[in-house]
Amino acid sequence: MYAQLVKSEGMKSAAELSPQERAFQDRIDRGEKIEPKEWMPEGYRKTLIRQIGQHAHSEIVGQLPEGNWITRAPTLERKAILLAKVQDEAGHGLYLYCAAETLGVSRDQLLAKLHDGSMKYSSIFNYPTLNWADIGAVGWLVDGAAIMNQVQLQKTSYGPYSRAMIRICKEESFHQRQGYDIMMKMAQGTAEQKAMAQDALDRFWYPALMMFGPSDKDSVHSTQSMAWKIKINTNDELRQKFVDQTVPQAEYLGLKIPDPNLKWNEEKKGYDFSEPDWSEFFEVIAGNGPCNKERLGARVKAWEDGAWFRDGLLAHAEKAQARRAAARVAAE
Amino acid sequence: MASAGIAVDRAALFEFLTRMGDNTLILGHRVSEWCGHAPVLEEDIALANTALDLIGQTQLWLGLAGEVEGKGRNADALAFLRDAAAFRNCLLVERPNGDFGQTLTRQFLFDAWHHVMLTALTRSADPRIAEIAAKAVKEAAYHLERSSDLVIRLGDGTDESHKRMQRALDDIWSYVGELFIADDTDRAMVEAGIAPDPASLRLEWDAIVSEVLREATLKAPTSAYVHKGGRRGVHTEHLGYILADMQFLQRAYPGATW
Repeated sequence: MYAQLVKSEGMKSAAELSPQERAFQDRIDRGEKIEPKEWMPEGYRKTLIRQIGQHAHSEIVGQLPEGNWITRAPTLERKAILLAKVQDEAGHGLYLYCAAETLGVSRDQLLAKLHDGSMKYSSIFNYPTLNWADIGAVGWLVDGAAIMNQVQLQKTSYGPYSRAMIRICKEESFHQRQGYDIMMKMAQGTAEQKAMAQDALDRFWYPALMMFGPSDKDSVHSTQSMAWKIKINTNDELRQKFVDQTVPQAEYLGLKIPDPNLKWNEEKKGYDFSEPDWSEFFEVIAGNGPCNKERLGARVKAWEDGAWFRDGLLAHAEKAQARRAAARVAAE
Repeated sequence: MASAGIAVDRAALFEFLTRMGDNTLILGHRVSEWCGHAPVLEEDIALANTALDLIGQTQLWLGLAGEVEGKGRNADALAFLRDAAAFRNCLLVERPNGDFGQTLTRQFLFDAWHHVMLTALTRSADPRIAEIAAKAVKEAAYHLERSSDLVIRLGDGTDESHKRMQRALDDIWSYVGELFIADDTDRAMVEAGIAPDPASLRLEWDAIVSEVLREATLKAPTSAYVHKGGRRGVHTEHLGYILADMQFLQRAYPGATW
């Protein structure tokens, strides 16, 4: 669930669709996959670029809060697992930028938009990781929420995105397990470790619920995205599913979800729960979260500091090509 | 617990194994500091991968060191509960990351030594060491291939990349020589057929490095001065900070399991 508030194009009624648009919608309705070279409405292409791009950016910014604890991981095994996980995330970023490239936008173009603030990444990565249990909570809750969304997106209508999701989901479920495993150790550990685990849950619970985005029952954007099968479930459906899955896991850990209104509702066969503070969500999206400046600043600095490196590789490639060409001429 | 059939001083063997394991631990730590900050996404992935290999090798070397010592310390106890003076890594690996050119140059000079050393250790008279080396040498071969390739491309890239790579080489060069100086521990290893004489690795290292530098249009510094001390526990100021970071949780919450 690394794409929030993705703007879609306005929904057209069936009567307003051109014959070409009608045929496209029919293909989607039949469950066919759309492939890169095929015709697609401009709105479909643009919405996908926004959604896949935001998802890719989330993967690479997402390296930072976890990377924050790699050098302080408490055992060699935990360090190795965390390194492997963060490496996977960079890899997910790579597949997703490749999927976006099939829609005619380069990775550099998308990064330029991330760096100038015109494209976003998931709000969750603007929260700090303050103790070791946060690394557990990120795996358990953040990756758990991400999986909720990504499992559905395996069925998304755009072929390259769907295939990227299938690969990513396999790795994400390992991530979630390792996060829960850290939480188990902490929750069953010393009083201090248990306190860290509870503190992590207290701080990450509502930001995790926010990952699904505000209620979209009235959103025109969501309706169009769902018609195009770029989005499969509503934000509220996914949030409910996440809460229902997570509450028993917290109980098993002996941790308390920080919501006095949390209660099983027999009628709907799900939990009733408090909404997160949406004003906080919009502040974070607007750049006022606890870590927005550090996160984006770190990415911009990495990009700017790395310019000489990228230029150097490019210059070498050009020289090597010129040398090969000269050798060919000399041989002829 | 000396290994079967090999007469070797246990303390010397422990010393040798911590040198191998501390090199990979401290370099792995340094490389992992790049996580999320690399100049391109492919480098984020490659650096995390390198760090992961090095931490994996650390688990093997320090695990064996703990067994050999026979005092009930495992790899984690050795990594997280020794102070700086007990660390046996060379000074090279604790050098700060600097810019990407400094990190890459440190990696390349280390990889060239590491690959030659591990290749020799695959023939160790101690089968446990030969086994670890056989696994690690495959990873080191890949690290060397990657770092050599990048040194060549950046050395022979733009004026700016060339200048940065030459400066990195000039800064780091004097920290390499330590790897080739033998002491009593090394002599005991040579005598037992466990490890090669460090000085014997120099020729091959020189050949690898000079070929790459030639292609990279970089010049090996002529200064023969060698900074040393790491392999006997006398480190630079940097190691204390690395350990303060790395050991924080184990030190702050003694006895907890993670």
